[in-house]
Amino acid sequence: MSARVLVGVKRVIDYAVKIRVKPDRTGVVTDGVKHSMNPFCEIAVEEAVKLKEKKLVKEVVAVSCGPQQVQETIRTALAMGADRGIHVEVSGKDYETLGPLQVSKILAALAKKEQADLIILGKQAIDDDCNQTGQMTAALLDWPQGTFASEVNIEADKLKVVREIDGGLETIKINLPAVVTADLRLNTPRYATLPNIMKAKKKKIANVKPADLGVDVSSRLEVLKVDEPPQRQAGVKVETVHDLVGKLKEAGRI
Amino acid sequence: MVVGHGVRCLSQLAELPELHQMMRQTCRDYAQKELAPIAAQLDKDHRFPAKQVQELGAMGVMAVEVPESLGGAGMDYLAYCLAVEELSRGCASTGVIVSVNNSLYLGPILKFGTEEQKKQWITPFTTGEKVGCFALSEPGNGSDAGAASTLAQREGDEWVLNGTKAWITNCWDASATVVFATTDKSLKHKGISAFLVPMPHPGLSLGKKEDKLGIRASSTANIILEDCRIPLGNMLGERGMGFKIAMRFSIPQQTLDSGRLGIAAQALGIAQAALDCAADYAHKRTAFGAPIGKLQAIQFKLADMALATESARLLTWRAAMLRDAKKPFTKEAAMAKLAASEAATFVSHQAIQVLGGMGYVTDMPAERHYRDARITEIYEGTSEIQRLVIANNILKEYQQ
Repeated sequence: MSARVLVGVKRVIDYAVKIRVKPDRTGVVTDGVKHSMNPFCEIAVEEAVKLKEKKLVKEVVAVSCGPQQVQETIRTALAMGADRGIHVEVSGKDYETLGPLQVSKILAALAKKEQADLIILGKQAIDDDCNQTGQMTAALLDWPQGTFASEVNIEADKLKVVREIDGGLETIKINLPAVVTADLRLNTPRYATLPNIMKAKKKKIANVKPADLGVDVSSRLEVLKVDEPPQRQAGVKVETVHDLVGKLKEAGRI
Repeated sequence: MVVGHGVRCLSQLAELPELHQMMRQTCRDYAQKELAPIAAQLDKDHRFPAKQVQELGAMGVMAVEVPESLGGAGMDYLAYCLAVEELSRGCASTGVIVSVNNSLYLGPILKFGTEEQKKQWITPFTTGEKVGCFALSEPGNGSDAGAASTLAQREGDEWVLNGTKAWITNCWDASATVVFATTDKSLKHKGISAFLVPMPHPGLSLGKKEDKLGIRASSTANIILEDCRIPLGNMLGERGMGFKIAMRFSIPQQTLDSGRLGIAAQALGIAQAALDCAADYAHKRTAFGAPIGKLQAIQFKLADMALATESARLLTWRAAMLRDAKKPFTKEAAMAKLAASEAATFVSHQAIQVLGGMGYVTDMPAERHYRDARITEIYEGTSEIQRLVIANNILKEYQQ
């Protein structure tokens, strides 16, 4: 199979970091804060590399949109086994307001330019939790989508995707080219091996601007404010189940 | 694969090359996710982390400096020191297992082995499937390595080894050892040669596992050689070269000098883990109405702990870079090992103090770091020996 896979990787604040809201409440503090690849993007990269190792796809291309720092994220994907990278340069205000709609336009344009047969993305990013980019990209390309994938198999020239849905698992068969978004149980991402980290240094990362792809990254959304979640209140202990039911009724919960 | 082969100036030590940052991060991630959660249990069970060693082998960490052609990662010594520090931060025992395999077992064979020996004794030990060990010390001599009394006698086309080696790290889990034995006691240290012995092997038996204060997941025991026969081809290097292979003396990249840096890196990992523990606690524990991190007494401790660790780290990196540049690094390696091991014991001691009662119980890792740290001042050259090495080098520099 001569398939080319595009994998989107997003640079986000590391999952273990305690998030702090900026004093002006326009966003969260990112300066000097540890960033890493979005965990669901790691799963996406792993799946693409596994497909390549099974010789079901020929080339894995890692894509990231953002300022200079996202090159670290692309390199991590290269160290995991991606063949080359594409850095779509977006910085400053444009980067602050970059969201799923613009990213999916970029990915759609790249998919056409690179003649990709498959796009694998994480199901959502852990910073904005949008869960939209995969779906929007598929719609823009008019490609089928297999979202929340916990299993992906290529059979002939079709994709069999097992999806995690409310109430269980759904298996669908879709035509290629397609968009797949990775869910938690799809795989366990590998640690980059030292030899692969060395090889990653030699792999190419191409630079491209959204304008080159004919994409306007201006946002149609305006963030009004960002707040911390309300402080967790202390609980109340009750003596009996009867009391518990009463309290819940009082609070309008049942 | 060092960027530029000259020794970088000290200001460049602040920012590691991208390659090194990436591999440091991958080791840190592995240590945090796979080692730290099991370290306490491994210590309690005195259990060799076989699964983790295999995973580390697959990552290339069990043979960092070994060229790719032989199955290693083909990276430099700085990368190796970074790897050992990060792994030791998660589990000090795993750190020493990795260090011994890299520095003490693979190191001398890489440097002094024939092509045939390298294929046989290096490649299978790069994957994590097999680990090696290094048998120099004896019950009768540790620091005084030249006084080795293990004998090697030639009988036809075999060497016959007899004697006892002591304190051998990894030996209960190893598949081969580099053993030092003398062919002529009258020649003292010039009579010592190095030999490669597979394990298990007839004539080689292991003493009981030592019940240690710390690094309990790594095995330590005697190796007893009784009429242990090996082919002539199992001699490593030339006859009488054993002491040089083990020590220093005009050959760059000598084993113990390099091993010293591996232990320095391990000590740094332990110090850092203890500092992490104490700093975290200082935020969370309140006393007199505020987190104890607000108290100057605690702040001064944390500052001293961080300073000791960071200073030792820079010394370690500098020594590693000198080695990578193929420059003499004996004095610098001794300084690094001395500084790092004393930092580890100091920092872990203070960490218990910061934690108070909680530092004394197994609920928190501080007590394990304290126990793990202690050996770093002893093995691979005691602090006293390090001081002698440094002093000798200083005096040589000032030779009249």
